[in-house]
Amino acid sequence: MSNLTNKKIPSGLDPWNTLRAHTDARIGLGRVGDGLPTERLLEFQMAHARARDSVHMAFEPGTVRAGLDGVDQPILDVHSAASDRPTYLQRPDLGRLLDADSVTTLGKHAGCYDVAFILADGLSARATHDHAAKTLKLILDHLGESWSVAPITLATQSRVGLGDEIGAELGAKLTVMLIGERPGLSSADSLGCYLTWGPKRGRSNADRNCVSNIRPAGLTPEKAAKKIAYLMIESRKMGLSGVALKDNSSNPELIEG
Amino acid sequence: MQNGAPFSFERFTFPDLKTLLAKASPLRAGDLLAGLAASSDEERVAARFALAEVPLKRFLSEALVPYEDDDVTRMIIDDHDADAFEPVSSMTVGDFRNWLLTDDATPEALKHLAPGLTPEMVAAVSKLMRNQDLIAVAKKCHVVTAFRNTIGLPGHLAVRLQPNHPTDDPAGVAASILDGLMHGSGDAVIGINPATDSPEAMIELLKLIDEVRERIDIPTQSCVLAHVTTAIDVMARDAPVDLVFQSIAGTQKANESFGITQAMLAEAEDAAKGLKRGTVGNNVMYFETGQGAALSADAHEGIDQQTVETRAYAVARKYSPLLVNTVVGFIGPEYLFDGKQITRAGLEDHFCGKLLGVPMGCDVCYTNHAEADQDDMDNLLTLLGVARCNFVIGVPGADDIMLNYQSTSFHDAMYLRSVLGLQPAPEFAAWLRKMEILDQNGRTRPQLDGQAAQNLLAWSGAA
Repeated sequence: MSNLTNKKIPSGLDPWNTLRAHTDARIGLGRVGDGLPTERLLEFQMAHARARDSVHMAFEPGTVRAGLDGVDQPILDVHSAASDRPTYLQRPDLGRLLDADSVTTLGKHAGCYDVAFILADGLSARATHDHAAKTLKLILDHLGESWSVAPITLATQSRVGLGDEIGAELGAKLTVMLIGERPGLSSADSLGCYLTWGPKRGRSNADRNCVSNIRPAGLTPEKAAKKIAYLMIESRKMGLSGVALKDNSSNPELIEG
Repeated sequence: MQNGAPFSFERFTFPDLKTLLAKASPLRAGDLLAGLAASSDEERVAARFALAEVPLKRFLSEALVPYEDDDVTRMIIDDHDADAFEPVSSMTVGDFRNWLLTDDATPEALKHLAPGLTPEMVAAVSKLMRNQDLIAVAKKCHVVTAFRNTIGLPGHLAVRLQPNHPTDDPAGVAASILDGLMHGSGDAVIGINPATDSPEAMIELLKLIDEVRERIDIPTQSCVLAHVTTAIDVMARDAPVDLVFQSIAGTQKANESFGITQAMLAEAEDAAKGLKRGTVGNNVMYFETGQGAALSADAHEGIDQQTVETRAYAVARKYSPLLVNTVVGFIGPEYLFDGKQITRAGLEDHFCGKLLGVPMGCDVCYTNHAEADQDDMDNLLTLLGVARCNFVIGVPGADDIMLNYQSTSFHDAMYLRSVLGLQPAPEFAAWLRKMEILDQNGRTRPQLDGQAAQNLLAWSGAA
């Protein structure tokens, strides 16, 4: 491609280089006639290809399990009622229900826990592979000894709502789900975190707190873990989650609580 | 209102109009998700045979949601213009399709007919139409609106310039506005989806656009796509509001889930009209819709996705909008699975809106988990251009970095105008010529080192 760009620039390939500093939007792309220059065209295709690959990549719980090396908790594999990716994409309702084997698995570990962590593929297995284990370890570092932690679950073909079933089966007061977000063109590896107090089937998004855009180029796992730990502490203190639980973690006086 | 006799064709029966419409609808993911789709291809076509025999009058006596329970139904029935309906009042749905395709259905005839049509009649006939029928008839429906320029004239295509930024950064927004203007976009509206829905954020963004518009005298309108109640709030504080935005849907319950009532929309329209900021017209509302919105709010009332979408256009029509935008692929594959379903839905929405007399544009778009790509968008964009869609969307490089989806780009709009010989809104085209952005052949070929370009760049750099 360098041969192409080093040649005399066709008229219209100009660019507002100074303005690019102000936005990640695709401005100043130049043009050839009415169309996009070849390099810009291929850059877009590559971004879309990466985003699509993230959506369709098979979730490998083993990859995440390896990343959790040193975490002193049982780790369980569970699966939603959506049997494969095409079903998952068209039937969000099935992605919120556990399959029968998973109900049995979780039943064997039922107890009374403060929190259940769930690491789920969601719409980007890549995000979960790359950032979930690291983020979870960082969260655990922020929590004191006073938390009883349920076995960690790795959930395949999972929507956010699957955490409600998992939390209820395990007997957890709070669920913290790390799940791959719908990939944007320039953020194929973005992880989201959902906190839900009193998990049970039928919880709505208004009952949850969300921390979004967790990735090295967005909200870093380090910063995200701090925010999530803060929300967990407040959630347990207040006995709730959702719109009534405000994220004041950026206030330095509150973070120690 | 009472339901009439059930419908049947060969061995298939359909208990009521709502079921018949759903089963006749072309296959799409949202109707499968809702459990409303036909269970076989044969049942689907049988439903179409049965639907073709239904008199249009039946739609006036059998409501899909009871009149008592739903204010959208009440609006549809109470506002129906029986005189306008008269020319087609004895037709069945099948007759109506035939008539629409004849030379008797002139642009004038269709314009006079629009107030006599209900959304259910229009949705019904669309289900009997192939894509080419949807294009051919829509092309005959001219819906012209105006504010600071005139949109929807034959031979013209407008573009909404969508300069979104994830944190509403003024310099970032300004950079995208400049990029769009230099590509000939922005005549439909310069419209920002704010990252934060607050009066303060809205006022700051409105002032940003208003300043550049006044400084270089751009004949276009601005909009910050906050909630209608936020717009009412800032209008009371003398903010420079041109257009009031709101997402709307086809049932009362769905509109309630958006936090709106018909009274709010009427109040906003009155307030914006009262500001008298339009120069060549006073259409002050901008609505967005999209198939699947009602189902995703669990407020579809058992109506199929395409019919309930069409009911939203009856809501839009009441408030004389400048622009109505169906954001066709934004909602995701559980409603429209792939490029084929998105394409069909875009053509249906445009046709149904135009036939009802609504100034339809389309956000030709998709998400990364849908089975679609830019080639699908090129196809739908071109088809909508042929159908004479009033406006499309322009996002830098087709990549909306705030809403995380792919729409159409400034380049795409240039392509479409070029291959179909379409011009920007006339007042805006004159301005583009003055700015040396359009050349003498009407092509977008900006003189980047000219004085006009330097003025724009200076504004943007200072923002």
